[in-house]
Amino acid sequence: MMSQTNWNLEPSLESAAQIQLQAQYELFIDGKWQAPLSNTYFDNVNPADESHLAKIAWGNAADVDLAVCAARTAYDNVWSKLSGAERGKYLFRIARLMQEKAKELAILETLDGGKPIRESRDIDIPLACNHFFYYAGWADKLQEAFAGQQIAALGVAGQITPWNFPLLMLAWKVAPALACGNTVVLKPAETTSLTALKFAEICQEAGLPAGVVNIVTGYGDTGAALVAHPDVDKIAFTGSTAVGKQIQKACIGTAKKLTLELGGKSANIILEDAPIDQAVEGVINSIFFNQGHVCCAGSRLFVQESIAERVIEKLKFRLQSIYVGHPLDKNTDIGAINSKKQLETIERYIAIGLAEGAEMYQPDCALPSQGFYCKPTLFTDVAQSARIAQEEVFGPVLTIQTFRTMEEVVQKANNSPYGLAAGVWTDKGARIFGLSQQLKAGVIWANTYNKFDPASPFGGYKESGFGREGGRHGLSAYLKFSN
Amino acid sequence: MEILKTYKLYIGGQFPRTESGRSYAVVSPSGQHLANACQGSKKDVRNAVQAARKAQGSWAGKSAFNRSQIIYRIAEMLEARKGQFLEELQALGSDLKSATQEVESSIDRCVYYAGWADKFQTLLGSVNPVASSHFNFSVPEAMGVVGVVACQQTALLGFISQVLPALIGGNTVVVIANQKSPLCAITLAEVLATSDVPGGVVNILTGEVSEMLPTLSAHMDVNALSIAPIEAKLQQKAQEEAIDNLKRVRIFAEPLYAESAQGLPYISDFQEIKTTWHPVEQIAGGAGGY
Repeated sequence: MMSQTNWNLEPSLESAAQIQLQAQYELFIDGKWQAPLSNTYFDNVNPADESHLAKIAWGNAADVDLAVCAARTAYDNVWSKLSGAERGKYLFRIARLMQEKAKELAILETLDGGKPIRESRDIDIPLACNHFFYYAGWADKLQEAFAGQQIAALGVAGQITPWNFPLLMLAWKVAPALACGNTVVLKPAETTSLTALKFAEICQEAGLPAGVVNIVTGYGDTGAALVAHPDVDKIAFTGSTAVGKQIQKACIGTAKKLTLELGGKSANIILEDAPIDQAVEGVINSIFFNQGHVCCAGSRLFVQESIAERVIEKLKFRLQSIYVGHPLDKNTDIGAINSKKQLETIERYIAIGLAEGAEMYQPDCALPSQGFYCKPTLFTDVAQSARIAQEEVFGPVLTIQTFRTMEEVVQKANNSPYGLAAGVWTDKGARIFGLSQQLKAGVIWANTYNKFDPASPFGGYKESGFGREGGRHGLSAYLKFSN
Repeated sequence: MEILKTYKLYIGGQFPRTESGRSYAVVSPSGQHLANACQGSKKDVRNAVQAARKAQGSWAGKSAFNRSQIIYRIAEMLEARKGQFLEELQALGSDLKSATQEVESSIDRCVYYAGWADKFQTLLGSVNPVASSHFNFSVPEAMGVVGVVACQQTALLGFISQVLPALIGGNTVVVIANQKSPLCAITLAEVLATSDVPGGVVNILTGEVSEMLPTLSAHMDVNALSIAPIEAKLQQKAQEEAIDNLKRVRIFAEPLYAESAQGLPYISDFQEIKTTWHPVEQIAGGAGGY
């Protein structure tokens, strides 16, 4: 039995005084800040302590229309006339400016969304910058990427991003869209608009022609207006499967090109020959990274029976040293749950898991008294049919199941309507390739998890959506093909 | 006395009658009764999907080279049966010239796609230079079971143009044949049955599109749909039903004789891209040596 540990960490708070928030944010349309025609604003709350951050414009259909018109005009008059090389230069310039403001962006992201500063500083923001750098270089090489095929820009791209990786998802969408010669209307998630609005400033500073990037903040109705707009040629959405299906329905009978990056219930598989300590650390990263608000989170852990007891014991031990705390604290491993609504969803699923008869483990850790927090949670004795093993929780909740044979684990892992990602932990290279072939998922991580790179295509099978973001494959989402 | 042929369904490598026990008359444009064809039912659709699913793993598991050989064999068998297809197409209203063009184009398209079977992977896949110590690569993989509503005008070439790009990539298919002119499709089934295409890889149903399509488009074990132009309402309904399990839906509306009716995009339409991060061990001091 491993002994109890006691980690008393001195708080190490990143100072939010380094950034200046505005009291109120307008819409970014045609290169200018414009008050919403809706005349409506919504409150933006810091999930770490429920304090008020700013008022943000709530765009309606008329605002969306203005933005789409601006994007169309910019496409017709300016952006479609630029060479790929010139477009690329703008993207390179944007990437550099983002790098220069990395600290500010990281603090904003953490304030707004509740993710640990360590993650926004070391993962979200650098990856977002790199994404712009990466696609900047494609802008003048598109024909080489699709030799023998006739390609063209689509026109105006409507993009709807989620709240879990606000700036990174913006980068995943805006960078390839602009590189391929499209103009953009972006609708960020309502709980996390700040880095998108900062990005608008960066576009201004980079001298990006007016209307090439437009940002319309708001709720689901704002996004629906964007999807319904007849002059939008492309919709790219990252978010829940339920909303993705509504969007797919709304696009039927239109010429809109659609890509969807939706939910998941990804399997993380530990085989008996795996380096166990490394695997345990990988499990922690696979499910507790970003509070588990990760579409590809390894939320279903499968451990080979012979090592299950050891792995579970080590996991429980490791959970005791996970630090749940203020997102700006550099010690923090798990920050704030993004919103009250999401915390309620997670708590509901934990209750469902208990009611279904699974055994729960949570470490004995203190949670901040204000704000939205959730302890890291493990469930063992989980049935394959249990709702917590089938449905996406989108929080720090892991189900653990065991298996005996490879055949069995492949079957269990694939027994899901989703197919976004999977993890495999083993010492054997051939086994990695073998399992990778068998698992129905768009991304397979071997002896690692939640790794992202601009060069690496990302996207799902089945109900996890369609289309890829990242790499050469990510260009296809923003091009029209004709033989 | 002439022996009349019964046109049956093609499911799981067998030629069953429809379980519904119904048939419909196939008539020429001049009103001549040519044959009876099975009027497939919802249950037939479900049986066909089941057969297609069962066959999919081993079809995708064959080597790409082997799939190429099998598709080329289809071309050979088509050539051997050319006369029969010409007769059927003419009976259904084509003149000899256009019938000949259709059969020859169909054979050419088979040869074309046979050649793609072991090459598209090279073009659709990639090795991706990630920043961490991983060998990161992307490969195309079959989507699974593809439902096809075949072209309702050009029976043979339409069928070939929609089915082959899905097939060569390791998908299995359930085809709702041309409703008015199902003869070619069933004769094609006879070609497939004798060209080393494993049972269940191609399944062919005849009957009313409007009756069978809803079952196909709503079926949770179908991964994608390829729909040739049909009545707008019917198409929209199918697209809506497809959403339930997020089927990938492609509308195949290219002019069939155009060069643009064949090519890599039609193959990639029914492929998923899978990206694997494989660890690479860093060997100390190994970087600089030569």
